Amino acid sequence: MATPVSSMILVSVGSFIGSFGAVFLKAGATRLERNIRSLLRNWQLAAGVGFFLLSSIFFVLGLRQGELSVLYPMVSLGYVWTLLWSRLFFGEQLTRTKFAGLGLILAGVIMVGLGSERPAPAVAHAAAPIANAPIQH
Amino acid sequence: MFQWFGQYEPGSLSGYDNQDGLEEFLSTATLSAPSGSSLSARQRSTLLVIACTVFGAAAQMLIKIGANNLPHPSGLISMGLAMLSNVPLMIGYSLYGISTVLLVIALREGELSLLYPVIALTYVWVCILSVLVFHEYLNPLRIAGVIVIVLGVAILGKGGR
Repeated sequence: MATPVSSMILVSVGSFIGSFGAVFLKAGATRLERNIRSLLRNWQLAAGVGFFLLSSIFFVLGLRQGELSVLYPMVSLGYVWTLLWSRLFFGEQLTRTKFAGLGLILAGVIMVGLGSERPAPAVAHAAAPIANAPIQH
Repeated sequence: MFQWFGQYEPGSLSGYDNQDGLEEFLSTATLSAPSGSSLSARQRSTLLVIACTVFGAAAQMLIKIGANNLPHPSGLISMGLAMLSNVPLMIGYSLYGISTVLLVIALREGELSLLYPVIALTYVWVCILSVLVFHEYLNPLRIAGVIVIVLGVAILGKGGR
């Protein structure tokens, strides 16, 4: 079973959008206070959740068909984007430890993807692919 | 330029040293940690993200179970009703909500670049759960991948130096 280009694009876009979910959640989290009003005014948190929901739609559509060995690594591209954004927007240092840890994680995800077989190429109905979207955050 | 993204100070090496002193300490302590906790801020944040992945994996399992029980879509309204009355599906989505809240609390103090990749642990829990719940077969490659992910997370958890 070949992986359609459309699936690759959908999953890549999903991981890109999801990385902004992480950025906005982080931005909202740093100005978190223990009162309802400030929570309601915290638009960054709302934006973060919004980006995650949007990205999950892309994942659900993208993971409906295609090889997980190809698509899972694309899902985890979001970690790479997030590393970039945390340097750019929050001034975090990119250390050797972070690269090593992330490198291992990416390698592991690729292996899990290679090892994951799909029981059937076609998914029975619309809601089922939700279960195939592994990492929503 | 990106001030609206929050008040992270690039000057601090790790983001964990409590430069703001008592006020910062009190606000974080009341929000996320039991009093008298001996864990460092980094460990606390990492543990919160790990908890987040546990909830996320459980959510995925329940959503998968729930989605398997859904009838074939016959219309938008009937589909919506079927989803709303689907208990595993709804518990699954609620657990997703909880896992997001945990992630936000973790991100309060920790570095995004250090904490976010820890979410890959979800793959590990999903693999374990799919063996336990769905009796799926784990081939050696998947097991090796899971071990490598855990190693990567362990490196991130040990330190951002």
